[in-house]
Amino acid sequence: MKKIIALVLAALMLFSFAGCGSNDTSSDAPAKSDLKVGFIFLHDDQSTYDKNFMDAAKAACEEMGVKYVQKTQIPESKDCYDAAVELIEVEGCEVIFADSFGHESFLIDAAKKYPDVEFCHATGTQAHTAGVENFHNAFASIYEGRYLAGVAAGMKLNEMIEAGEITEDKAKMGYVGAFTFAEVISGYTSFYLGAKSVCPSVTMDVKFTGSWYDEQAEKEAAQALINGGCVLISQHADSMGAPTACEKANVPNVSYNGSTVAACPNTFIVSSRIDWTPYFKYMIECVMDGKEIDTDWTGTIETGSVVLTDVNEKAAAAGTADKIAEVKAKLLDGSIKVFDTANWTEKGVKLDSYKADVDTDEAFEKDTEVIEDGVFYESKHRSAPYFDIQIDGITLLDTNFG
Amino acid sequence: MTKSAEIKTHREPFFHVVKRDDMPTYMAWLIRVITIAVAFIIVGILSSVVTGKPFIETYDIMFQGVFGRIFEGRTTMLWKYLQEIAVLLVLALALTPAFKMKFWNCGAEGQALMGGLASIVCMIELGDKLPYPVLVAVIAVTSILAGAVWGVIPALFKAWFNTNETLFTLMMNYIATQIIKYYVYIKGGGSNVINPVSYGNFPAVGMNDYFVNIMIAIFATVLMFVYLKYSKQGYEISVVGESQNTARYIGINVKKVIIRTMLISGAVCGVAGMMLVAGKDHSINQNTVGGQGFTAILMSWLGQFNPFIMVFMTAIVVFLRIGVAKVADASYLNSSFSEIMVGIVILMLVGCEFFINYSIKFRSKKEANL
Repeated sequence: MKKIIALVLAALMLFSFAGCGSNDTSSDAPAKSDLKVGFIFLHDDQSTYDKNFMDAAKAACEEMGVKYVQKTQIPESKDCYDAAVELIEVEGCEVIFADSFGHESFLIDAAKKYPDVEFCHATGTQAHTAGVENFHNAFASIYEGRYLAGVAAGMKLNEMIEAGEITEDKAKMGYVGAFTFAEVISGYTSFYLGAKSVCPSVTMDVKFTGSWYDEQAEKEAAQALINGGCVLISQHADSMGAPTACEKANVPNVSYNGSTVAACPNTFIVSSRIDWTPYFKYMIECVMDGKEIDTDWTGTIETGSVVLTDVNEKAAAAGTADKIAEVKAKLLDGSIKVFDTANWTEKGVKLDSYKADVDTDEAFEKDTEVIEDGVFYESKHRSAPYFDIQIDGITLLDTNFG
Repeated sequence: MTKSAEIKTHREPFFHVVKRDDMPTYMAWLIRVITIAVAFIIVGILSSVVTGKPFIETYDIMFQGVFGRIFEGRTTMLWKYLQEIAVLLVLALALTPAFKMKFWNCGAEGQALMGGLASIVCMIELGDKLPYPVLVAVIAVTSILAGAVWGVIPALFKAWFNTNETLFTLMMNYIATQIIKYYVYIKGGGSNVINPVSYGNFPAVGMNDYFVNIMIAIFATVLMFVYLKYSKQGYEISVVGESQNTARYIGINVKKVIIRTMLISGAVCGVAGMMLVAGKDHSINQNTVGGQGFTAILMSWLGQFNPFIMVFMTAIVVFLRIGVAKVADASYLNSSFSEIMVGIVILMLVGCEFFINYSIKFRSKKEANL
């Protein structure tokens, strides 16, 4: 019995101690508007992919003076629908955003149930065909960012050729991709075309890891590419695996999702990423002003959605920053188109026509003509990428569809 | 103290652990309830320290995260809570007969995934070919069979070759995961996602999608209780668990019991998979079970293999899981916070079982004299 009394006493003591732990939390900035935004994230800030969205959400909501509520660790299942219901019914959010591809169908279900709430979804493909007015897709023309990063890579190769480190025919780059999906194919192809625009003899090997985040696999893939004669590496995956493998082997690296210069001071050249802040601001503005949100919104260099980090002068070739600025201006005024068919071939043939699978259906039917006037128009017919052609000059060492 | 005791070279250890069987049931329960209360208080204090929010507000957020605006008559969140309990509970129930037999089935994850796979295959392939009631019946039968098959394979190897069932069932989880990934690749095309299928979904009853799942869980709980406690097979499971030699001596076919019990264990896991696919997601991926097959191991143990205690334990653990996740989100903390909190409570629950079953005797002068 004594022991029980002791336990109860201990519990009471904990209670009284807890009372002292109370803090005042009136530090929340006063909101300019009553609008509340709900965010649904696949993981949390331990994933670079989600962190990129979370940082943008914070920045946009603070700037616009609105409150926001987040739900992290929401799987690509009915849990996404349930999270949306909670954000609306319990938190009173008037606009819901979800960040992962697999959230889309569940978010559409929620959009059908709550027609007065706006739903926005990154990377999705169904908004333009779903016929749900309050459901919207968004992406960014990150291929333009990768093209610019490719220019920096090409200049580095030219420098190596001029210094006699490699011959022209040895100008081979390596690319670590996650999956053999359009999003990744579009990314590495634009990167390659950027490099080719300044270094015509360049070729590229690609390896896939089968995961968006697998540090060990990315490291091993980068190492395998280096062993296979690649003299420069880039990647489309979320870990530090490839950049650190490059730093160790002293091979130049063009990064993604933000600067890796701190960990790789000798090999990091430049990095591209999508900044979601402009979209979030646009989305919030639309809801505040009662305007329609675009069914498919594609962020560009112009909207500030596609951004490049500072060039690391220590690793990059001389004049890289100036060249990037020059090409960027040409992309902006339209005198350079990334997927201009004059610059690439498929099996030795220049394409005049190509049907891409733009509209989602179960048979993955190639339904839309995407080449007009000699240019493959990426992100025009929907915001998410659909470029999935294997062009000449790029060798896939393996494939991985998950 | 006598001189002889001082001279003695052998010293008693500072403390030793003694098995106790004299604790009355009500006392054991009192200790458990107090442990849970203290655990929740500790979670409250730690949350309050980390988030800087007042102590009481933490519970308010937890409560809101689990029940939402239930006082305003909105029951959506309550249904979601019951659904989460239902799935975890059915998985825990599934493991219980195997554990009682001392067959360490760590394969609930894979068995449920295979049940779920059977459901989704039926929904996709037969959805537009069969009338709804027949389709649901086919889904139920195939899911149960798929789970049972995945459960019985390690049991057969155990019965025939005495393989280690812990490793075997764990490995079967990985195989199941890869099969699911492959199926998603085939059906998902370039996107790696199977869009929800509209055929063969459990009906929404009273405006709620999860009603059927919750009914299945209630039914399974009662059934499992009766099976373990009152059936001959339940008794055989207990005897095999206590001592295989005794079982053989009294004429129980041990191999048969192992195989039969794992068929049941796997089948019930298959039901959980069906609840997740036909009753909730209407789709599948390798995270559909989401590690709950492993949490269920703990739930079965904490429930002392008694289905009704398991209801209580899963209710607490799910409350905590949803509640602390809400606290973390409300303060923009990441999932490490929620994982630590749930970990602390589970550790305390496991710890209290230790003190209920054993007592610690410290070295004392009195004992030294003995």
